[in-house]
Amino acid sequence: MGLLFVVSVITFSIFFVVPRIAGGTPETLATRYVGRAATAETVHLTAQRLGFYDPMTVQYANWAKGIVVGAEYDYGAGVERCPAPCLGYSFITKQPVWPDLLDRAPVTASLAVGASILWLVAGVATGVLSALRRGTIFDRAAMGIALAGVSLPIFFTGLVSLAFFSYTLGWTAPGGQFIPFSENPAEWAYSMILPWITLAFLFSAQYARLTRAGMLETMHEDYIRTARAKGLRERNVVIQHGLRAALTPILTIFGLDVGLLLGGAVLTEKTFSLNGLGKYAVDGIVSQDMPKIMGVTLLAAFFIVIANLVVDLLYAVVDPRVRTQ
Amino acid sequence: MSSNTTRQEGDPADRPGVDGFLRVKDLRVHFPTDDGVVKSVDGLSFNLERGETLGIVGESGSGKSVTSLSIMGLHPPGTAKISGQVVLNGEDLIGASREHIRKLRGKNMAMIFQDPLSAMHPYYTVGHQIIEAYRVHNRVSKQVARKHAIDMLDRVGIPQPGARVDDYPHQFSGGMRQRAMIAMALSCDPELLIADEPTTALDVTVQAQILDLIRDLQQEFNSAVIIITHDLGVVAELADDILVMYAGRGIEYATAHEIFTAPQHPYTWGLLGSMPRLDRERTERLMPIKGTPPSLINVPSGCPFHPRCLYRELTGGASETERPELLEISPRHFLACHLSAQDRQRVWETDIKPNL
Repeated sequence: MGLLFVVSVITFSIFFVVPRIAGGTPETLATRYVGRAATAETVHLTAQRLGFYDPMTVQYANWAKGIVVGAEYDYGAGVERCPAPCLGYSFITKQPVWPDLLDRAPVTASLAVGASILWLVAGVATGVLSALRRGTIFDRAAMGIALAGVSLPIFFTGLVSLAFFSYTLGWTAPGGQFIPFSENPAEWAYSMILPWITLAFLFSAQYARLTRAGMLETMHEDYIRTARAKGLRERNVVIQHGLRAALTPILTIFGLDVGLLLGGAVLTEKTFSLNGLGKYAVDGIVSQDMPKIMGVTLLAAFFIVIANLVVDLLYAVVDPRVRTQ
Repeated sequence: MSSNTTRQEGDPADRPGVDGFLRVKDLRVHFPTDDGVVKSVDGLSFNLERGETLGIVGESGSGKSVTSLSIMGLHPPGTAKISGQVVLNGEDLIGASREHIRKLRGKNMAMIFQDPLSAMHPYYTVGHQIIEAYRVHNRVSKQVARKHAIDMLDRVGIPQPGARVDDYPHQFSGGMRQRAMIAMALSCDPELLIADEPTTALDVTVQAQILDLIRDLQQEFNSAVIIITHDLGVVAELADDILVMYAGRGIEYATAHEIFTAPQHPYTWGLLGSMPRLDRERTERLMPIKGTPPSLINVPSGCPFHPRCLYRELTGGASETERPELLEISPRHFLACHLSAQDRQRVWETDIKPNL
């Protein structure tokens, strides 16, 4: 929780304090809401209503309060209620940010969950086989592909696979479609399969390399020899004893990667025209729509903090030495 | 497979009067490397009965552990070139399929390793690891196996085995871990138990307990035991026979009593001289064997021990050119040395024995 507080302070500072230090005034901020054509008086009034003249600490408190319990804005002709969590209003659309985020989150979550399962399975399996067949053609080929996977940017592999699988072969859905899972699971998977594979290719390459290195190390441990000395089948030695130990650091990174992706996979979403959080953030950046950017930033930070927490707890489950008595 | 037609007179693998529960004959384990062939074991023979204990003694790199791993078939495929015979209960293990050896491992032959902390999996409970060992070879339910695991922990002297069975290895002390390792190794009642430096990682007070435990359990299970060590003190109490290894070969092989009362090889003398004795008057200082163990890629010509041997002049140059064979010099006493019987007797009586 402490971490979330720190993250919120930093996010707030980046968007409110830093611009002020850089020479911005409450009026320049208010202009963003009312437009350049507005009179100086309108700007002044808006800045006052939105509390831009208050001390920074008060502004932060109000902003944080809005997130926790909601906020009310008096716009002169009435009171606008912004329910919690209130992340402010878009400069451009004048709509509250939070409902937008809720709209986009399922797309990003679908992308992250599907891709992460794919890359975990594919990456770990490739890594284990590579480690066991170290130095063979399979190992070299797999590691070569992994190197390519790590190196190739998503907008390259994404566009190439779109061109090939969707437009030439017609096997997969073209970009820009998203059918919610609740509506039609099959259609949902069909619409997401290419983004999943493309994103998973990038990540599984990294996981294959990590798994391979981890397996090469653990398979030389004394307890592997003990497992063999017991007469265990080699398959069980590899999976239950070797992989079990090698998987621990991989799960840590996995948790963090998933947390990171839940906050928006910017390049993938942009490449496949998926209306997720990442694309929302990019749109916000392009139109300099600060509340949008802040909203996504805060949500992404929230996911990363939660992922960290989950990983810490998971670590205790996975490694008994971490558990306290 | 185990043809008895090629027997040679005085072969240590064919010690008279025994049919051989475990018979190792002319075992060679070579590792091809970029620098050359490492001859870790180069023609080793010995013989072991059920209920007997053999101590294999030697410095680091003399081939002790490689020997035990070869018997267990634990060298990864493709790394070692193994030839010779390892006959367990009339069955040659060197030519057997890997799958067959796997089924024998743990059930017919089991092993205790040097460092019980790294030899146990850190993520599984002690009980789980014993249960696993038991269930590989016995089709029993988890409950039955768990009860067996608790019984085994009880037998090796773990207090409150019913509670400790669910502990992880890091929650055990070093001595208890080694006890648990022993429980794991003995869980399937193996006929052959190999203990590779079982006490090296333990502190001195625990060492004696573990050795006592191994001896007691051996009598109970009537298994054949090989104890591998660099410490003659460990095998002094325990072993019936002692095989002294140097550079991958046996250089002296006799009953423990003979090795301690009438050793014949200069290297054995050196080992005895470098061993602290509590039952004797304290002499000036321990006498280390000069020099270092030889390279196993370029093994010295002739007797591999000759560069470090204090008595090589007495052989008239033979030790530098001709490798001595392990021959039976008296019943159940095999020796590989060029020194004449008279010279050995004289040196032992005058130079060595008084200084031990």
